[in-house]
Amino acid sequence: MTKRVHVETRINGREVDFLCEPGQSLLEVLRDQLHLTGAKEGCNNGNCGACTVILDGRIVDSCLVLAPEVEGREVTTIEGLAGPEHLHPLQQQFLEHAALQCGICTPGLIMAAKGLLDQNPAPTEEEIRLWLAGNLCRCTGYDKIIRAVQAAAQQMEARV
Amino acid sequence: MGQAKQYLRPSSIDEAVRALAAANGGGRALAGGTDIIVDVREGRRQVDLLVDLKAIPELTAIDVDGAGGARIGAATPCYRIAEDTRLRRAYPGLVDAASLIGGVQIQSRASLGGNICTSSPAADSAPILIALGATCVIAGPTGERRLPVEQFFTGPRQNVLQDGEIVVAIELPPPVPRSGSAYLRFIPRNEMDIAVVGAGVWIRLDGETIAEARVGLGAVAPTPLLVVEAGRALAGKPATRETFEAAAEAARAAAKPISDMRGSDRQRIHLAGVITRRAIETAVQRARESQS
Amino acid sequence: MVTTTRPSEKTTHKVIGTRPIRPDGVDKVTGRAIYGADVTLPGLLIGKVLRSPFAHARIRNIDTGAAERLPGVRAVITAADLPDPDKGMADVGEASATYRDLSHNVMARDKALYQGHAVAAVAAESASIAEQALALITVDYEPLPPVLDLVEAMKDDAPLLHEDLRTNELGTLSDKPSNIAAHARFLKGDPAAGFAEADVIVERTYTTTMVHQGYIEPHASTAYWNADGKITIWTTTQAPFAIRDNVAVLLNVPVSRVKVIPTEIGGGFGGKLPPYVEPLAAVLSRKSGAPVKMTMSRTEELQASGPTSGSRTHVKIGAKRDGTIVAVEASLAYEAGAFPGSSVRFGSLCMFAPYDIPNMQLDSYDVVVNKPKVAAYRAPGSPAAMFASESALDELAERLGMDPIELRLKNSAKVGTRMANNIPFQHPVGNVKVLEAIRESDHWRSPLPESTETRKIGRGLAMGFWPNAPLKSSCFATVNPDGSVTLVEGNPDIGGTRASLAMQLAETLGIPYEKVIPQVADTETVGYNDATGGSRTTFTGGIAVYELGQDIKQQLIERARILWQLNPEDAIVYEDGTIRGPKEGQQLSFDQLAAQLFKTGGPVVGRASVSPKHVGFAFGCHVVDLAVDIETGKVEILRYTAAQDVGKAVHPSYVEGQIQGGVAQGIGWALNEEYVYDEQGRLVNASFLDYRMPTSLDLPMIETILVEEPHPPHPFGVRGVGEVPIVPPLAAVANAISHALGHRFTDLPISPRRIIETLYP
Repeated sequence: MTKRVHVETRINGREVDFLCEPGQSLLEVLRDQLHLTGAKEGCNNGNCGACTVILDGRIVDSCLVLAPEVEGREVTTIEGLAGPEHLHPLQQQFLEHAALQCGICTPGLIMAAKGLLDQNPAPTEEEIRLWLAGNLCRCTGYDKIIRAVQAAAQQMEARV
Repeated sequence: MGQAKQYLRPSSIDEAVRALAAANGGGRALAGGTDIIVDVREGRRQVDLLVDLKAIPELTAIDVDGAGGARIGAATPCYRIAEDTRLRRAYPGLVDAASLIGGVQIQSRASLGGNICTSSPAADSAPILIALGATCVIAGPTGERRLPVEQFFTGPRQNVLQDGEIVVAIELPPPVPRSGSAYLRFIPRNEMDIAVVGAGVWIRLDGETIAEARVGLGAVAPTPLLVVEAGRALAGKPATRETFEAAAEAARAAAKPISDMRGSDRQRIHLAGVITRRAIETAVQRARESQS
Repeated sequence: MVTTTRPSEKTTHKVIGTRPIRPDGVDKVTGRAIYGADVTLPGLLIGKVLRSPFAHARIRNIDTGAAERLPGVRAVITAADLPDPDKGMADVGEASATYRDLSHNVMARDKALYQGHAVAAVAAESASIAEQALALITVDYEPLPPVLDLVEAMKDDAPLLHEDLRTNELGTLSDKPSNIAAHARFLKGDPAAGFAEADVIVERTYTTTMVHQGYIEPHASTAYWNADGKITIWTTTQAPFAIRDNVAVLLNVPVSRVKVIPTEIGGGFGGKLPPYVEPLAAVLSRKSGAPVKMTMSRTEELQASGPTSGSRTHVKIGAKRDGTIVAVEASLAYEAGAFPGSSVRFGSLCMFAPYDIPNMQLDSYDVVVNKPKVAAYRAPGSPAAMFASESALDELAERLGMDPIELRLKNSAKVGTRMANNIPFQHPVGNVKVLEAIRESDHWRSPLPESTETRKIGRGLAMGFWPNAPLKSSCFATVNPDGSVTLVEGNPDIGGTRASLAMQLAETLGIPYEKVIPQVADTETVGYNDATGGSRTTFTGGIAVYELGQDIKQQLIERARILWQLNPEDAIVYEDGTIRGPKEGQQLSFDQLAAQLFKTGGPVVGRASVSPKHVGFAFGCHVVDLAVDIETGKVEILRYTAAQDVGKAVHPSYVEGQIQGGVAQGIGWALNEEYVYDEQGRLVNASFLDYRMPTSLDLPMIETILVEEPHPPHPFGVRGVGEVPIVPPLAAVANAISHALGHRFTDLPISPRRIIETLYP
């Protein structure tokens, strides 16, 4: 048996600790140990973006992060986005714009889009397309996703 | 499918080197992990120990010296290179490459050190580092050594690193007036692909004459190449389409690619010319526009 | 970037045609929705599959001893642990398979027939132990020459995949073993006589390679075989009832012992109709006594689920100088993969369906090769066939100097026209209207940008047809005291069908959409439902909820009769959610009556079970503008417009989404997606890195024009919309590239590599 590693970190604003195998991915720990199954496994090698989470303010594929690497860091997952009585503007606009069909890529896309809007509150269509290119969606052709991100940006601007 | 059995996060280069040297070949450095984690998981590499370099301050530092030369910590993520205004001004071709490696998620993690240590013939950073005359700084059990990037690679996914050695930084010579650089690659989609061909170009102009030039090519040979003949075809010549075509022809001649699912040998030889010419055009344009 | 809805002349609908938020939406944007791999149970084991490294090999022996002895391993199985069922036909959607083939595909018995074919499986206490156990299983293979090419496979002296396979030659079983499983033919009129009248004949051969549906969620199933013999399966599937029935046969247990609980489903496009890991998880569970979860990796998905056929189609079209098509001939060969049953006949049926052509001969060949057994993929069979026919028609228009829309209008099918299978169009269809919609569109009327020396611009147009499938739906609903209605239906919601069914029920009952609470039930809660597939859920499910609504309305009328103490002959009407008695002012709203149900006999439960005989055929016409960089071969899609006859758009946003998604898949198929095998039959691009589906950066906004030619037998005029939009893009893109470059491309994908190798031979 490999020796397990004890990791202390912050996930969605709360202190969390867990034991993991040294080579386990953050995605596996999120899903299998912490029951945060909003991050999805679509390819497990960094090519689909379905497992996107925010690590210290930057979007990453959680399948390409080792769980021990998040020691002392800050992780935000899709479960950390909505408040108890309201959705994040991105979540709201994805619903309003029918920007999801099967919904499996949606958590990753929303997290990726959040990473974009956090640093660029008014992106152009081209900037959105470039930023989201690491997130595959097979249902929508991306059209309504782009529009939802634009609408969320406007909603967030209006609120400021 | 596999998994590393041990994870270490040293805070100094010495500590990292000692751990890797003690692992008897079973250890690997971990920078962004975008290659090594997948390689281990999919059974392409057997690794007992992963040594995470990111807690070593100088491995993620970007320093610019008095003369303007840069030292980029080997584990610095690509997005920091792409966002660094000093690097954007001095080495636009490097920023081209750093912004192209994977999507945004990958750029949050992937590093120059990781990119060259994976030693794929198609590594996006290699042709431009070669063109820029970059040096790898390697630390090992017997101390530090320096090597031009073009001498780092020894074959597909192979390089000069010995047991216990790690690449700690990439050093770039200070930028000179009226110089420009560019990296361009061809991929079938617009994102998320491995280069079918990549070309990195550095140019220094004297008036409208190309005074000096270096051309690096990727994905056309077992290792990334310094195409000396292409540089020669440019040096001392007027910055015109004919000159660029001559360099492109030299790039085509230097290309000895394989055929695989990412591209055929014919396609790659053809693209070596097109992509080299287009990268030269961009580099020349940038040299014309460069202030210093 | 405009989305245009062309509403039918007058509409009195209150709910249908609006764009409400889907009922399952919040769970799906917050990460709470439970998909296949999200299921967990106490004592859960992880199952993994050992797969053949060879494309074609005899399995001489499998030694599982060392794996069984590894601590933490709880069960190891091979085909010997599965019954060997007979050759009855299984329900796997629009592809086909016998139960025996299905079983042998789930787990190889004597031969491994493609790289990735399952040969053994283990269940262990962790994924890593399961993987270590796989490495301890030794399989003694005798490698055999693989058959990878359609033309080679069809030769008399080709190595055989199945020694007992005989060609079904136009209905008669031949006596010689072959890789050709079936040769079928549609014949109409006298093609030879037709061609004799032709002034112009266009003739070419077109090919496509195997491509994958590319759903983002891999297959994932959890099974528990209880001590009482009851098997419960949580799985991501389009077809919970078909999975139940197939698993029962494959495991030789009565259907009543299998319960399938569908999870949320992360895409399918036909690929989640057949069983893969469900029977294996069940048998591993029986052997271990614990629940077993199995998920496929992306590599396993690409190697060993059910992509769609590579194809080779020869087409010949004869026309008079005025554009009248007098005869067509086609011969289609489709890869079935390792076992018979491709969608080639659907392809031949669809390819000329938009047109009224007097003389046709369409031959189809179903051919086995050492590649994964194909499954349905969105309008199965039609895209490859219509890539050929619509490319040939484009060339014909060029040869005749005719506008491609005029050529198609001149030959368009109408009510009464018989398709290749001799079935006539009984009801109005939208083939002419979608052509007219494109002709009138801003896109078609806008000039193309200028080409430059290295950037060549082209425009291409193509049509698509898919017949759609009605099949069976059943459902029930309960009226709650607060006036809400709980709808229980049986189709996994793959793209907004909870919303589209709730909307149709709300419309029927005259109540607000928000009052209907839909849920997708398991196979023991609701009556039989065919798959979410065939573009049928909103169509047939809509008929079912309409009938269900009528049932509820009738029951509510009777409850009002009790409240008002009226006689059976007294007229009570139900209109717009209000129940009115014969007396002036005698009326109750739906809510008011719902609140009084308990004192009039208890809750009202409505039900419906339907199996419509009719179906609304679906037509689309697409136009694309693109640019080709002739130095690199890269194609950039500049503008794309898709017109489709949708009958009636229940939720226009999700209708547009279906069209946009189909277009994206079609563009991927046309330009970059392909299965690449080496000479040993190993798939060399089995990852999302090298199986290149379009990213957000590869597509423009996709303009949609919703044409509404109602399908009369449907209560709301609905037609299925999901499948046909993948059909036109292949030929539309190919035609545009051909116009840009002045060279006709006949082989997909038209990748940069193919363009460069063509332009620089």
